[in-house]
Amino acid sequence: MNLELSETLQNTVDRLSDKFEDSFIKVYQSTGDTFILVEPQNIVDICRYLKEELHYIYLTDIFGIDRFTSEDRFEVVYNLISLRNREKLFLKVRLPEEEPVMDSITDVWQSASWMEREVYDMFGIKFNNHPDFRRIFMPEDYNYFPLRKEFPLLGIPGSIELPNSTPDTE
Amino acid sequence: MGIESSLGDGFLTTKVDALTNWARSNAAWPMPMGLACCAIEMMAFAGPKYDAARFGSEVMRFSPRQSDVMIVAGWVNYKMAHAIRRIWDQMPDPKWCIAMGACASTGGMHRCYGVVQGCDNFLPVDAYISGCPPRPDALLHALMKIQDKIRTEHSVTLDT
Repeated sequence: MNLELSETLQNTVDRLSDKFEDSFIKVYQSTGDTFILVEPQNIVDICRYLKEELHYIYLTDIFGIDRFTSEDRFEVVYNLISLRNREKLFLKVRLPEEEPVMDSITDVWQSASWMEREVYDMFGIKFNNHPDFRRIFMPEDYNYFPLRKEFPLLGIPGSIELPNSTPDTE
Repeated sequence: MGIESSLGDGFLTTKVDALTNWARSNAAWPMPMGLACCAIEMMAFAGPKYDAARFGSEVMRFSPRQSDVMIVAGWVNYKMAHAIRRIWDQMPDPKWCIAMGACASTGGMHRCYGVVQGCDNFLPVDAYISGCPPRPDALLHALMKIQDKIRTEHSVTLDT
């Protein structure tokens, strides 16, 4: 595949693949965006390097993808922006279906806290070393992960309680 | 001075029911349960152009203790349902409920796990309004329907 990388993005890819040779899997482009796929083990170091050395200082978003039936079912995507270089970069990590666990990057960006909680709430991907790890949208005692492909559109009937519609009487 | 001058030296006969219903129906104070874009139309309904004051409903009461009609304006998720039901239970009787728009009535386009498919799952709704969002006229229409309902109710009962 032919890559059309700008000078700064080429520099990013080169230095990243140089520094993290073992973790770097591939780089590809789609709809005008650049995606870098890496191994999950080194994610904190990679993120710190991107932030401190390559000036991707702004973490826009973290989200999950369920690639149901594919190998390494889950994907976690980090959307990074370099304000100085005016570049956008997607950093991707793939996780297996059984026990999708990876390290939290809250040490690098504190804003990752709520985003990682959202990914956990929707996909059940666990993050180690997170300061406040619990669900963010669904009730604490909810047993399902709504954005997984096997989850029915209208939810599991009766899994979330509705309020009592007969008022309390003494 | 007042009504006596046009009636002359006479008197007026009516029923307590009719008098109570007349008073209640022309002072149905809304409890605005604004949850989404319908709330914007609800504001227009209270504003000068559509002027809910013509029907005695201009006072949006943000306290459930002082309100008569709850207007559920917008989609209701499961977490919010508990708060809405609690506010509803705090409203003194008699009380009425309007489900404003497609989402409050049926769940609308939010056909998913987090949204209650119609607020009548946990509230006794008196009037449903179609539309996404409904125009303020439609809300006025629902209010007039509620007024009609109030006027035909038996408001006085014998306490045995």
